[in-house]
Amino acid sequence: MLRKAGARLMQGNEACAEGAIAAGLRFFAGYPITPSTEIAEGLALLLPKVGGRFIQMEDEIASISAIIGASLAGAKSMTATSGPGFSLKQEGIGFAAYTEVPCVIVNVQRVGPSTGVPTAPAQGDVMQARWGTHGDHPIVVLCPSSVAETFTLIIEAFNISERWRIPVIFLMDEVVAHMREKVVVPDVNGIPVVERPRPQVSPDDYLPYAAGEDLVPAMADFGTGYRYHVTGLTHDQTGFPTTKRPEVDALARRLDGKMKKAAPHVTFVDELFADDAEVVVFAYGITGRAAAKAVRDARAQGLKAGLVKAKTLWPFPDEHVRRLAQRVRAIVVPEMNMGQMVREVERAAAGMAKVVGLSRVDADPITPDEILARLREV
Amino acid sequence: MAMPITHYLRTSKMPHIWCAGCGHGMVLGAVLRAIDSLGLDKDQVCVVSGIGCASRAPGYLDFNTLHTTHGRALAFATGIRMVKPGMKVIVLTGDGDAAAIGGNHLIHAARRNIGIATVCFNNSIYGMTSGQYSPMTPTGSYASTAPYGHIEEPFDLCELVYAAGASYVARGTAYHALLLSKLIAKAIATDGFSFVEAITQCPTYYGRRNRMRTAVDMLKWQKEHGVPVASAARMSPEEMVGKFRIGELGTRTRPEYTRRYAAIIEVAEKGEAERDA
Amino acid sequence: MPGSVEAGPAVEGRPPEVPVEINAKWCKGCDICVAFCPKEVLVRPEGEKAQVAHPEKCTRCGLCEIMCPDLAIVVIPARKGARAQAQGGAGDA
Repeated sequence: MLRKAGARLMQGNEACAEGAIAAGLRFFAGYPITPSTEIAEGLALLLPKVGGRFIQMEDEIASISAIIGASLAGAKSMTATSGPGFSLKQEGIGFAAYTEVPCVIVNVQRVGPSTGVPTAPAQGDVMQARWGTHGDHPIVVLCPSSVAETFTLIIEAFNISERWRIPVIFLMDEVVAHMREKVVVPDVNGIPVVERPRPQVSPDDYLPYAAGEDLVPAMADFGTGYRYHVTGLTHDQTGFPTTKRPEVDALARRLDGKMKKAAPHVTFVDELFADDAEVVVFAYGITGRAAAKAVRDARAQGLKAGLVKAKTLWPFPDEHVRRLAQRVRAIVVPEMNMGQMVREVERAAAGMAKVVGLSRVDADPITPDEILARLREV
Repeated sequence: MAMPITHYLRTSKMPHIWCAGCGHGMVLGAVLRAIDSLGLDKDQVCVVSGIGCASRAPGYLDFNTLHTTHGRALAFATGIRMVKPGMKVIVLTGDGDAAAIGGNHLIHAARRNIGIATVCFNNSIYGMTSGQYSPMTPTGSYASTAPYGHIEEPFDLCELVYAAGASYVARGTAYHALLLSKLIAKAIATDGFSFVEAITQCPTYYGRRNRMRTAVDMLKWQKEHGVPVASAARMSPEEMVGKFRIGELGTRTRPEYTRRYAAIIEVAEKGEAERDA
Repeated sequence: MPGSVEAGPAVEGRPPEVPVEINAKWCKGCDICVAFCPKEVLVRPEGEKAQVAHPEKCTRCGLCEIMCPDLAIVVIPARKGARAQAQGGAGDA
């Protein structure tokens, strides 16, 4: 491990870089863009120290392409960007999803759309993180709300991506990325690192896209004797292109099924005073921190409030919200956008509880008082 | 040919999808003869392509093969080469795939001088999408998107790539297939970034719209217009009008990118070791 | 290719001295081999695949093999005695 275990003061982007290396990251390709650049800078310095490789590519499209190639060659790989670069990477993310190549894409959200306010936080990319690329496709989106959480959750991102062969979007925001906080770095050996499923059969019997009960095909690294074909064209179990209707249908449904199988294992939600709450805040990212303070203040004033903080945005914690809606009067959803995840909460609540959004879109984070005020109104 | 061509083909995937008379199969044959002449270990060969007619080639080849997104083959290949510097990484791409949407990756891969051999199947048209002009379409010719005659100038792709920093640049044609395989073999054997422009015929779309109805006509055109570098040196500019040079067009020795990065790893790992000692 | 031609394996049971083998399943009838064979050994009747019409005139120069876009042609080296002349024909610079 680069540095010994123990408490350290770290920037969010720094925690993202070091956590990634702890998870086994050995190839990073990126392109400078505020507010994510410190991740690239950190990895340019750290990766060679562990025999890993860093490259600054000519643009974000080249970056996502390079990490997919590196992953096919057997290296755990990652890229990092912000809104404009995230938009450029969508086709590549779709390729990784369809060819099931493990990789992690960090998107440090800033005020958008377009150039927006590059140095200011926002949460306006959450729908793009799910649906940014064309066509049905599996994707997992994790979202940290502290520097310490960035370190542990980026490790989860790699483990999920490798275990399920699904690209994982690591959705940060400018505040979490740039603030500095204490992180207790665990001992290297204590960190759970998952490897992708490898073929258990000889090359002659290897079907690169045949999957077992968990719907995840075994993946051979290029250069290890399994000379197989990978294509973004719809492909059958052999990995070769097909337009046969049953095969096209089978691939679409297997990938969807894989997401459903993964969901219970990749959905992380924290709760605070939610058990006896009458009104609950559903929040994520930096807003989750302000919500925790608002809930404590509400409790101090005798209001039975609770917090549900989603660390997994997609697959959306439907079940969690549905159970919540059955027993609370209202759910407040504060977001640094004009209302995106509030739609998912409304859908999952299915009218069983009042769902109220709270939007702040002026480049500053939402404050605890704003959330508290809304809690008192519902 | 030490091994028969079938040794390198996924014969169950043949016949290929290219139209009757398309030159891509001839260029592919040259690629395979080049690989055969170098006696490469199939497990250590990785062939990457983008999107387009030429980019369907890897599907027929018994190597580690990757068919990526339009224009991005070189960026994918860069990731592979960085992680597995011991592998021979070959990119098969078309003129649209490499020089239009892929242009940015082409010049940067050359600038970095990363060890990737690129063969550009240049048929001066977008064949897969049935006949639009490409960055290599000659001025005045006709295409589905140039119904009034093409008003743009094509790149001199070899000049462009060599100026960007490539270690080896050459041009051949489907007609001069034996020369082409020698050029491709030299490219694959090159340590740094190498690029071979393979002029090839698209009778279905380019030929039909430009008074060259058959593949045979187009191959004769290649024969009459391709001038070996040595002969061109003895010809006047007027004699070379409308013609193009074939053979080795540029070679230089520059340190290969992954070798330079390996030196960084050595320094970094040593530094880390000393700090921990 | 010999392996996949209905006519079965290339070597045994083949009439002696057929210099060129054409895989009819892969050939798309583009006429390139017919046009560029220096000895007019090959023909292609309308609606059919390329065929060896005059094997006796074949010098095994290998041009048809390297110019076939369908990779469908293999020039069989001559038996002992006559040395295979698989060197380049007009295609070479």
